[in-house]
Amino acid sequence: MAEEFVNIEVNGVPVKARKGEMIIRVTDANGAYVPRFCYHDKLSIAANCRMCLVEVEKAPKPLPACATPVAEGMKIFTQSQKATGAQRATMEFLLINHPLDCPICDQGGECELQDLAVGFGRDISRFSERKRVVKDESLGPLVSTDMTRCIQCTRCIRFTQEIAGIQELGMVGRGENSSVRAFVERTVDHELSGNIIDLCPVGALNSKPFRFMARAWEMVAHPLVSPHDGVGTNLFGHVLRGKLMRVVPRDNEAINETWIADRDRFSYEGVYSADRVGAPLLREGGSWTQVSWESALAVAVDGLRRHGDRIGALGSASATTEELYLLNRLTRGLGSSNIDHRLRMRDFSDQASDALHPNLGMRIADVDHLNGLLIIGANLRREVPVLAHRVRKAALAGAAVVFCNPAKFEYRFPVAAYLKSPPAAQITDLAAVLAAVADKTGTTVPAHLAALSSSAKVGEEHQAAAAALLSGPKRAVWLGALALRHPQYADLRALAGAIAQLAGATLAELAEGGNAAGAYLAGCVPHREAGGRALAAAGQNAAQMLGSPLKAYILFGGVEPEADSLSPGALKALAEAELVVAITPYMTEQLRHVAHVVLPIGTFAETSGTYVNLEGLWQSFTAAARGFGESRPGWKVLRVLGTELGIEGFAYQSSEEVREELRRLCASGLPPPWAGSRAVSAPATAAQTVDVPMYQVDAVVRRAPSLQRTAEGRNAPAVY
Amino acid sequence: MSSIRDKYADKFNLNLFESLHLPDSWTLDTYRKIGGYQIWEKILAGGFTQEQIIDQVKASGLRGRGGAGFPTGMKWSFMPRTSPIQKYVVCNSDESEPGTCHDRDILRFNPHALIEGMAIGGYAMNATVGYNYIRGEVLGEPVPRFEAALEEAYAAGLLGKNIRGSGITFDLHTFVGAGAYICGEETALLDSLEGKQGKPRFKPPFPANFGLYGKPTTINNTQSFASVPAILRKGAEWFAGLGPKNAGGTNIFSVSGHVNNPGNFELPMGVPFRDLLEIAGGVWKGRKLKAVIPGGSSVPVVPAELIMNVNMDYDSMKTTGSSIGSAAVIVMDETTCMVRVLERVSRFYMSESCGQCTPCREGTGWMNRLLKRILAGHGRREELSLLVDVANRIEGHTICALGDAAAWPVQSFMKHYRHEFEYMIDHGGRSIVESQGLAA
Repeated sequence: MAEEFVNIEVNGVPVKARKGEMIIRVTDANGAYVPRFCYHDKLSIAANCRMCLVEVEKAPKPLPACATPVAEGMKIFTQSQKATGAQRATMEFLLINHPLDCPICDQGGECELQDLAVGFGRDISRFSERKRVVKDESLGPLVSTDMTRCIQCTRCIRFTQEIAGIQELGMVGRGENSSVRAFVERTVDHELSGNIIDLCPVGALNSKPFRFMARAWEMVAHPLVSPHDGVGTNLFGHVLRGKLMRVVPRDNEAINETWIADRDRFSYEGVYSADRVGAPLLREGGSWTQVSWESALAVAVDGLRRHGDRIGALGSASATTEELYLLNRLTRGLGSSNIDHRLRMRDFSDQASDALHPNLGMRIADVDHLNGLLIIGANLRREVPVLAHRVRKAALAGAAVVFCNPAKFEYRFPVAAYLKSPPAAQITDLAAVLAAVADKTGTTVPAHLAALSSSAKVGEEHQAAAAALLSGPKRAVWLGALALRHPQYADLRALAGAIAQLAGATLAELAEGGNAAGAYLAGCVPHREAGGRALAAAGQNAAQMLGSPLKAYILFGGVEPEADSLSPGALKALAEAELVVAITPYMTEQLRHVAHVVLPIGTFAETSGTYVNLEGLWQSFTAAARGFGESRPGWKVLRVLGTELGIEGFAYQSSEEVREELRRLCASGLPPPWAGSRAVSAPATAAQTVDVPMYQVDAVVRRAPSLQRTAEGRNAPAVY
Repeated sequence: MSSIRDKYADKFNLNLFESLHLPDSWTLDTYRKIGGYQIWEKILAGGFTQEQIIDQVKASGLRGRGGAGFPTGMKWSFMPRTSPIQKYVVCNSDESEPGTCHDRDILRFNPHALIEGMAIGGYAMNATVGYNYIRGEVLGEPVPRFEAALEEAYAAGLLGKNIRGSGITFDLHTFVGAGAYICGEETALLDSLEGKQGKPRFKPPFPANFGLYGKPTTINNTQSFASVPAILRKGAEWFAGLGPKNAGGTNIFSVSGHVNNPGNFELPMGVPFRDLLEIAGGVWKGRKLKAVIPGGSSVPVVPAELIMNVNMDYDSMKTTGSSIGSAAVIVMDETTCMVRVLERVSRFYMSESCGQCTPCREGTGWMNRLLKRILAGHGRREELSLLVDVANRIEGHTICALGDAAAWPVQSFMKHYRHEFEYMIDHGGRSIVESQGLAA
């Protein structure tokens, strides 16, 4: 459909605008600022604050710019006497019952009301009546409330309705007694709810953990990238005198729009947890002593050199690409290929056919435009909240979304079909869907899956799932973390891959951690070199390393085997090793028993580095916060270890140098799609997969006390 | 008194209350006696096209009786009646404008005229479903009467699906509101009807395009719908000829306040106020008239000397700076303290503001508190300008007309009776009427 344009005038300047577009979008695009409170780009129009009233020629009254569509010949005046008169009138009304407690309000300095009051308010109030006082409500451990400051713009309410999809807030009461309330005895629990803090134009909703911690203007904003999932959510870390004080979203339409998950927002609390290590530690006899970097490194170097090819390295999937690349070089330099980051995976049998790195096969923003989506083994809202929001957008726009999960998870959008069956039966389910897809597309099931597929009983639900996936031209099949943790992941992937192939869909693996893609590219896998070339002889994978003890281990980046791996004997294997070098920000009770040397490093906020997200995008950042105590960025510790061990080419001057070296080894662009041909026979009878709670996925988030106090934070891992 | 009654003997109850003199005027049988459902049956038999009906209503000069006075026929013509999607007609019987009490009497005494009017409207606009949104406080008589009438109409085969094999479908439902004034605003009414909080929607889009459940919807007042059958029965010319230019037909004037004989009087539009006052028995207790609010509490007040020379129609009333509004005539005698009246009126708008948009939510409370303080003897002279300024800053800046409705009384009271406010401020809360020895 061709777009129609109209000719209008904004403050006397002729402007072309899309027909039917709201005035405020046109004025914004043309640099004529109109003040607003209730209007927000991503939310529906409420037109209730009346701050954006502008003069339109021939209109008897000033009109709200946010809710008035442009029409041919319209003449708009944003700064005429009539317009500013109306705006000033609104400002006066907004301020009469506002407490004006800016000096004790966390919003002070970044408050839309405060900012606009400078331009549109008067110096002295004419209001000499009593001000309104509104009772506060507990919205849970994340969002603080000072409802007396509320200006009833309803942005938060519209957010919970329209973006979160579950109305957690609403307007109660009438007239001047209207106030924003949660449901009786309910808190705000949605995984994106923290965004109402940013949406709130005043200090009514603020960050509870950040309350009274710093003033906005004292802090410096540093761009960061979220380490918790593969989306690569863009963040700002706000830093006060070297300390990370809070995290807020950094707009990026192509990735996270303007939203971030609560996990991204509040995990910073974990950076400064009580068990942070500020100095190298050495176990001598049964006790730990603080030692100099030199002594600690000497012990580590000496031990690692002694064990050479009998060492195993476990890297965190949330470590930076540079760190994981150096970890890879170090391990390989010692003669070992025992290196992995896939700590929660259990089935590595088809790893040779892995894609270059786990990936989405498309741009994250393109998820919005999918027509058919089959999601296998994913508690999507918990695993990748921002991506789940994209899926919701797609579903609301008409996409048919199908889940194949071991449990019924709640989704706030229409789900076309939901195949709920125990992990073992998921194989049969997928075989049936494959048969249905082949039937509907008139294609043939690949030979290596033909037997299984033809023996599958195709039920109505499988037909529905296949039909949904095929409902439009843009299709995708996703494998989530529950699938990745499945004991027969290779089989699930073979079936998913075949379904994708027959349906013409893009196959994606939503690997865990903020940098799984980077870990693959960095060669932090036992079967591949950096850049992705296959090794002739694969080393031990994470499960093998933790299954039977090696002589020595390197645990890198806050890896906590008891929490990060699903191998039951992990701690036992480590305890039997002769040397465990823990390169980590945290000293845990378990490490006290198994480790020998602890080398303290920085978290995601204290190091420069790069994360590669699931669309293959490299996002680099510099250190936002000063290192904790004597801790050093992980790549520097690895560099020194490498140099001391005499491994060639370890004299890097910067993390950028490390990155560029790796980049030269990697092909650019999206990797070729997965193309395996694994034969799948009959499904196993007893398979289990584990749902790791959202706030337990990595060391940093596990240490964020406010997240742990949420309803979600109280959940224990679920075994299906 | 009898002389004025004689003078108007043939002008009472020409349309809406035509059957009032008959026993059980609310029954189907009685309604049929005055020609009820003739038009509807003619329509069912294919005797009217939709265009004919809309043209007739246009020609009759019928204007919306809810207060705004928008031409009904024109409103009907805005409906995209040829589009295939579901359309609705909704009757606004959420009569809550202070002083107004005639719609409930239509429900009590002539509910079938409303049913027939809505059915005709539904047919004319291709709407197969209608709702009558009735104010919650009138549960006593009006709601049961209307429901009973609805049952009668269904039993007589006048409503339903494919009525009498005509291919015409019209289902009519009653909906009882919860008593919020704001739900009388048409878009708030739609929200309330949908089960939400009654809060006005911003326009555009207008209900004719995006109304109930997002479908094209026409909302008319009870009187407007109930006037339609007679217009078609007796002709648009007859209706238009009842009143002056720009104001066809009859109107039910709800006269209340300081009169000897308050009540609802159905009279042709354009009746001189002087006569209407006399019909209502004149000012009580032999007192002098001080002021009149001629169209429900929202419209500007008119001092006695201005109103005695105008007629009760749109154009004539306009000369006083006020409007005929909902035709609720509130009469005040010379003992009335205008400060107290305004405080009471402003308290109403403060309580009834939905709280959605800023000027009305914050401004109505501000005005009321200022007035309360003046009454308590703590006002300051300069605050009178502030009061007017606050009203001016609400007017025209809100989503719906409640903001204007709250502002107009303040502006008009201050325009005509500022000296009373000044007197009270200067005398520590003592009213000017007390000083004149007039206080009741």
